[in-house]
Amino acid sequence: MTTRDADRPPGRPPWILVLPALTGLVFLVLPLAGLLVRAPWSTLGTRLAEPQVLEALRLSLVSATLATVLCLLFGVPLAWVLARVRLPGMRLVRALVTVPLVLPPVVGGVALLLALGRRGLAGRWLEAAFGISLPFTTAGVVLAETFVAMPFLVISVEGALRAADLRLEEAAATLGASRWTIFRRVTLPLVAPGVAAGAVLCWARALGEFGATITFAGNFPGRTQTMPLAVYLALETDPQAAIVLSLVLLAVSVVVLAALRDRWTGAS
Amino acid sequence: MKRMMAAAAAVLTLAAAGCGDTGGKRDGGGGAKTLTVFAAASLTESFTALGRSFEGTHPGVKVRFNFGGSSALAQQITQGAPADVFAAASPATMKTVTDGGAASGQPQVFAKNRLVIAVPPQDPGKVAKLADLARPGLKVVLCAEQVPCGAAAEKALAAAGVRVKPASQEQDVKAVLTKVRLGEADAGLVYRTDAKAAAAQVKGIEFAESAKAVNDYPIAALAKAPQPALARQFVGLVLSGQGRTALTGAGFESP
Repeated sequence: MTTRDADRPPGRPPWILVLPALTGLVFLVLPLAGLLVRAPWSTLGTRLAEPQVLEALRLSLVSATLATVLCLLFGVPLAWVLARVRLPGMRLVRALVTVPLVLPPVVGGVALLLALGRRGLAGRWLEAAFGISLPFTTAGVVLAETFVAMPFLVISVEGALRAADLRLEEAAATLGASRWTIFRRVTLPLVAPGVAAGAVLCWARALGEFGATITFAGNFPGRTQTMPLAVYLALETDPQAAIVLSLVLLAVSVVVLAALRDRWTGAS
Repeated sequence: MKRMMAAAAAVLTLAAAGCGDTGGKRDGGGGAKTLTVFAAASLTESFTALGRSFEGTHPGVKVRFNFGGSSALAQQITQGAPADVFAAASPATMKTVTDGGAASGQPQVFAKNRLVIAVPPQDPGKVAKLADLARPGLKVVLCAEQVPCGAAAEKALAAAGVRVKPASQEQDVKAVLTKVRLGEADAGLVYRTDAKAAAAQVKGIEFAESAKAVNDYPIAALAKAPQPALARQFVGLVLSGQGRTALTGAGFESP
C-alpha cells in the first residue's frame, strides 16, 4: 500500500461533479468559439493597424491600470476597516460597498453624473473651486472604471483578511509593534495573494467596462473611447470590425492575466 | 454542437413567438396571436399608441414591440429573430435587411424626422443658431457618426459649413438627450421628436439647415413573419391617416 500523490484524493472524480463542470465550461467557451469562427482572419492585419484601434487599446490599458491603482489605494484600507473594525452599522457599510456590483453600470454612470457632473452634488463645487470638470475626460473614464471595479477588490481582500491568522498580528503587538507597522509588515504580506487576486479581477472588470464609462465620460476617440466603446460603435455599422476589436481585447487581457497569475499568485 | 444550437434556437423562437401558430385560420378571431414589431427607439411613443389601437380593432391579437437602435434591430432580424414588422430610422439600416432578403416587398417611407438643437431650459450656453455650436468653450455632444442621428448631424453641419468639436460622440440620440437634460452638455443635436418628448427638461431650437439632413423612416413587413397577414395590416395602419396623425403628434413630418 503505497501512498499516492498527496494533493490528489484517491479514485476517479465523480461524474456528478464532472458533468456540470464540463457543461459550465462549454457554456463559457462556446460564445468565444463563435467569435473565433466568425472572425475575418484574412483582413485581420489591416484592421489592427488602424490608428483608432491602437489608440483605443492604449487608452483601455492605461485607464484600467490607473483604475486598479486607485482601487488598491482606497480599497485595501476599506477592506481592512470592514474586516477589523467593530462598530455598529458595519453590515450596512459592507452592503453599501457592494452596491456597484448590483447596480446596472449605465445607472452607475448616471449616478456618477449626478454626483460628480457639472451640476452634481460634489461636481458643482469642484467646478466652482478648481475649475475641474470630470465628464468627457480621461479622468472621468478612470473614475467610472474605479467605481465599478472597486467592490471586486474590497470583497476579495476582506475575505483574505478574515481568513488570516490573527495570532500573528497579536504576536507582533506583544513585541511592541504599532498598528501601522503591524499592517505593513505582518497583515499585508499575509493577505498578498488575496490582494493580487483582487487586483487582477479589478483590472479585468475595468478593462471591459462599458456602461458607466460611456454614460459618465462619453465617447471621443483618443480621449474617452476605450475598446469596449469602440466595439459597441463598430457593431452599429461593421460587425466584422467589432469582432476583430473584441478579439484584440480578449487576447491582450488573456496574455496579461496569464502572465500576472504566474508572477503574483504562482505560489497559491 | 450544431444540433444543440439548433435546438436552443428552436426553443427561443417558440418562446418568443408565443403560440403564434395556433388558430392560424381565424384571422383576428378569438385565438391568441402575437404580432411582433421591431421599431426604432424614436418611435416608442407613437407606435405604442398605434399598437394599442391595433389591438382594439383586432380582438385576440397582442402587439409586442422591440424598440431599440435601428442598426441593432436590423442585425437581430438578419440573424433570424422572429419579427413581423420592421420600422427603421434610416433607409441605410432598412437596406441591410432588404439586401439580406429578409423583407417582404418594398419598404415604404412613412415619416420624416429632422434635427433640432437641444439645450437645457435656461440655455446656459446662449445658443440661438447652428453656428453657435462652433463657439470655443461650449460643450456640445453629438451622436457618433456610426449611428443615424450622427450621420444626419454631420450632414447638417457640413451643409451649414459649421465645424464643431464635440465633447463626446454618444452611442444614440437618447444618450445625447440625457447629457443635455442633466446639464452636462450646453447643447446637442437630437431629433425633433426626442426634444418634443422631453419638452419639460430641454428646449428644442429649430434651424434651417436641418432641411438638408431629413431622416426618412421606412417600414416593411418581413419575409419570415410568423403573422404575415397581421404584419401587412399593421403596416397599413401606420401608413393610414390615423397613423399619420399619431406620428405628426409626436413631432414627425409626413413623407
